Amino acid sequence: MSQVNPLHYNGGAVFAATGNQCVAIAADRRFGQAQLTLACDANRLFRVHDRLVLGLTGLATDCLTLAERVRMRTNLYRLGEKREPKPATISALVSALLYERRFAPYFVEPVIVGLSGDNKPYCCSMDLLGTPMETDEFVAAGTCAESLYGTGETFWRPGLDPEDLFEVTAQCMLAALDRDCLSGWGAVVYVLHSEGVTVRELKARMD
Amino acid sequence: MYAPLEFLDRTFSLCSGSDICPSSDGDNTAAPMDLSLGRVRVPRGASIAPRLRDVLRDEQNSSLVKFLHGTTTLAFVFRDGIIVAVDSRASMGQYIGSGTVKKIIEINPYLLGTMAGGAADCSFWERYLGMRCRLHELQHRERISVAAASKLLANIVYEYKGMGLSMGTMIAGWDKTGPQLFYVDSDGVRLRGTRFSVGSGSTFAYGVLDQFYRWDMDAAEAAELGRRAIFHATHRDAYSGGYINVYHVKADGWVNLSHDDSGITKYAEYMGFRAQTAPTTASTVDTGAASTDTMIIES
Repeated sequence: MSQVNPLHYNGGAVFAATGNQCVAIAADRRFGQAQLTLACDANRLFRVHDRLVLGLTGLATDCLTLAERVRMRTNLYRLGEKREPKPATISALVSALLYERRFAPYFVEPVIVGLSGDNKPYCCSMDLLGTPMETDEFVAAGTCAESLYGTGETFWRPGLDPEDLFEVTAQCMLAALDRDCLSGWGAVVYVLHSEGVTVRELKARMD
Repeated sequence: MYAPLEFLDRTFSLCSGSDICPSSDGDNTAAPMDLSLGRVRVPRGASIAPRLRDVLRDEQNSSLVKFLHGTTTLAFVFRDGIIVAVDSRASMGQYIGSGTVKKIIEINPYLLGTMAGGAADCSFWERYLGMRCRLHELQHRERISVAAASKLLANIVYEYKGMGLSMGTMIAGWDKTGPQLFYVDSDGVRLRGTRFSVGSGSTFAYGVLDQFYRWDMDAAEAAELGRRAIFHATHRDAYSGGYINVYHVKADGWVNLSHDDSGITKYAEYMGFRAQTAPTTASTVDTGAASTDTMIIES
C-alpha cells in the first residue's frame, strides 16, 4: 500500500488530444499523500499564454517548482524577443530544464499543448528526464496513464471539432479516473481553439 | 504419468477424513492441522512455509494476489441490534479491479461476516465457516453462538499463521445472549466489542463513528450513521469507494437495508455544498486562461 514512487505519491493524471484546428488538455483535481486525499482543488494545468498550456503530473512540489521556472523563463523570453513563445519552443525549454537535473531529476511528467500561428495543434509529452514525444493524436501522463491510453484509443479519432474534442477528452478522462485509486475527485478540461480558450469543470466521482 | 504432477503428489498431501497427516520422519514438521473438513492442500514439511511466506510477504509482488487490499468496513452494536456497513471497491495496487464487490458475506440468516484484506481468503474461509456453523446446528440441534463461530474462524486462521493469509473480518450475529460482534484477523486476534472498523479507510470511519455514536439510536439513525462513516472514508481514502452496503442484524436475523452510490449520490447528499463553491486555484501560478465560459458538466 505504501507508495514509494514519487511520481505516484501525490496522485494525478493529465490527458491531451488534438483536433481540427484545436487541442484539448484535461487534468484531474486530486491532491493526496499516498492513500490520503487532502484536497480536491489541485491544479495541474498552467497557462503559459493564451494559446499554450503546460500540464504537469507527478510530485506536486516539483510540479510547482518547474511551473515557476517555466514562467520565469517565458517572461525572460517575452522581454528579449517581444513575442509569445511557440509551443515547440516551450517544449525545448522544459526538456532542457529537466535534463539539466539528469542525476537529481524533478519527478514530473509534463504534457505541453498549444496552437501555432495557423491554429495547427501541438501536443507533446515528456518523461521526467525530458525526452520529448511529439504526437498529432493524444498523450497521457500520471497515475492512470495506461487506462488513459486505453480510453484514448477507444474514443479519439482525427479531425474533431472543438465541441466534439471536449466531449471525447472529458469522457476519456472520466472513464480512466474511475479505474484509478490515486486520481480523480473532479477534473478540468481546457480546449484551445481559434476563438480562444474554453475551460470546463467536470463533475467526477468523489471517492 | 507426468513427472511434475508426480512430484506434486509426493510433496503435497491431501488431508481428508479422520486421517491426520503423518509427519515426515516424525520430525514434527507435518501439515499444521487436521483438516478433516478443510480439504485444503497444505505443503508438508516446514521448509516450504517460510518460502511461501517470502513470496506472499512482498507487497508489490502480492498486489495481484491480494485483491481488495484497500477497504473500509465497520460494524457497531446499538439498542436495536448491529449495523454493518461497508464500501465496495476492490483495488489491485492502485488499479481499481472492481467497484461493485459485496464485502458483507451472508454466512447464514443470523450471521454476517465482513471482508477486508485478501478477497479470496475472506470469501473462502467465511463460506467454510458457514458450512461449519451448519454442521454445528445438525450436531447440537441448536444454532451456533456468535462467540463460537468467530472462535472457529480465529482457530482456523491461526493454524495458517505465517503462511500468507490476509484477512480482517468482523463477525456479527444475534444468538441466545443477544447481539454479538467480534473482530477476527489473520494474525489470530479475536476481540469482542461494540464498535469496530477495519481496512485502509477505518481511521476515517472511526472518526465519524466515535463522534456521533449513541447506544439508544433507532435503526434508521444507526444505519444513517454507518452510511455517513463509510462515505467519509471513501471520500478521504483513495483505496475505498464504490457503493455503500448496509445490513441490520436483528433478533430474527439480518436484513439488507441499503445499497447507495458513494462517489456521486452520497457526495451530492452529504457534501453537495462543496460543489456550490467556485473552483479555486491551489497554485500561485496564474492559471486563469482567457476562458470564454466556465460550466459544470454532469459526468
